Amino acid sequence: MAIDTQLDLWEVFIQNKSGNNYIHAGSVHASDKKMALQNARDTYTRRSEGTSIWVVPSKEIVASDPNDEAMFFDPANDKIYRHPTFYVMPEGAKQI
Amino acid sequence: MEQTLHVEAKDILKYAENFDQKIEEDKKIEPNEWMPEAYRKHLIRQMSQHAHSEVIGMQPEGNWLTRAPSLRAKQILLAKIQDEGGHGLYLYSACETLGISRDELIEQLHLGKAKYSSIFNYPTLNWADIGAIGWLVDGAAIVNQVSLQRTSYGPYSRAMVRICKEESFHQRQGYEIMATMMKGTKDQQEMAQDAMNRWWWPSLMMFGPHDSASPHSGDAFKWKIKRQSNDELRQKFIDKTIQQAEVIGLTVPDKDLKFNSETGHYEIGPINWDEFYSVINGNGFCNKKRLDHHKNAHEEGRWVRAAAEAYKNKHSKN
Repeated sequence: MAIDTQLDLWEVFIQNKSGNNYIHAGSVHASDKKMALQNARDTYTRRSEGTSIWVVPSKEIVASDPNDEAMFFDPANDKIYRHPTFYVMPEGAKQI
Repeated sequence: MEQTLHVEAKDILKYAENFDQKIEEDKKIEPNEWMPEAYRKHLIRQMSQHAHSEVIGMQPEGNWLTRAPSLRAKQILLAKIQDEGGHGLYLYSACETLGISRDELIEQLHLGKAKYSSIFNYPTLNWADIGAIGWLVDGAAIVNQVSLQRTSYGPYSRAMVRICKEESFHQRQGYEIMATMMKGTKDQQEMAQDAMNRWWWPSLMMFGPHDSASPHSGDAFKWKIKRQSNDELRQKFIDKTIQQAEVIGLTVPDKDLKFNSETGHYEIGPINWDEFYSVINGNGFCNKKRLDHHKNAHEEGRWVRAAAEAYKNKHSKN
């Protein structure tokens, strides 16, 4: 007999309304794509929380290392010229 | 998720400091971050117990599905039980982010190493019990879960937010059943009161031992896993629920109950902790039945999981 298993782990992302971002909702167990989608629907959208679902095998997700947070994200801190508020608008000029 | 965290022994002190600081600043801890082993263990114990409770909690209510008094009541009960299953799944997946597999979690339940809420070892004798469970048992669970939305572990907190959103209907449908019966015949009123009498004290016990006798709470507070004490939460539940009982004419089965007008809180008589520990230790009416049922369902589902795996393997070869 085959080894008992709780099937593979999948991460679930849900779009709550057409046009919105897909947001991580949690995970489900399933043996294949179709089952993963159906389980995600049953588990995470019982009250019409979604219009569309993505499922991704959990083992395929790569996460940044929290210990590298400083090194990884700091370079953005000193580039304030990436924000519109950095620039001086001539007096009297209207916003676009 | 791929774990990218590699910790050198010499760096542990630094990680521990970071962890403490995050807790201090009310930031959430995420799965791939360093955490003390005892924090991880505490969470696994608490979250798995919580997940098992949701799933085992489906049984006492399932007992009345085929005998619900109307189609409306049956649909509602079915939806509620489905929610409990869903909540179990949210919590299992949140718990799995701590590096324990679903198989291990279920095995611990079956071996009796992991517990579930003792309240589900009480039997549901008649339809009024379904009302009392929704109103009192879910009511107590909600008070606890609202507080846990602020727990320090990210996945647990997020699962709680989702669960709280869904659970308020559970408490309301239970209260509606009780209110309807209290407006019914004398027999129905007596049934509702009888259910209240049987479920009131076990519901108060759901919050766990008094703060003075709670063995796990020190670390849980330090790490902000738990945000309010057993007694604080219990008091919240008591104050809210007694008011609801009065509105529909139910009597709280506590001869010592009094309202303290200075504090604005109700004061209850002594809780029978012998009963609490006796049920936890396996002597409740349904301990064996609940666990046997879960084991059987797991065994009977084995071939389905095997078939799904076989199907996957066959199709991944093509």
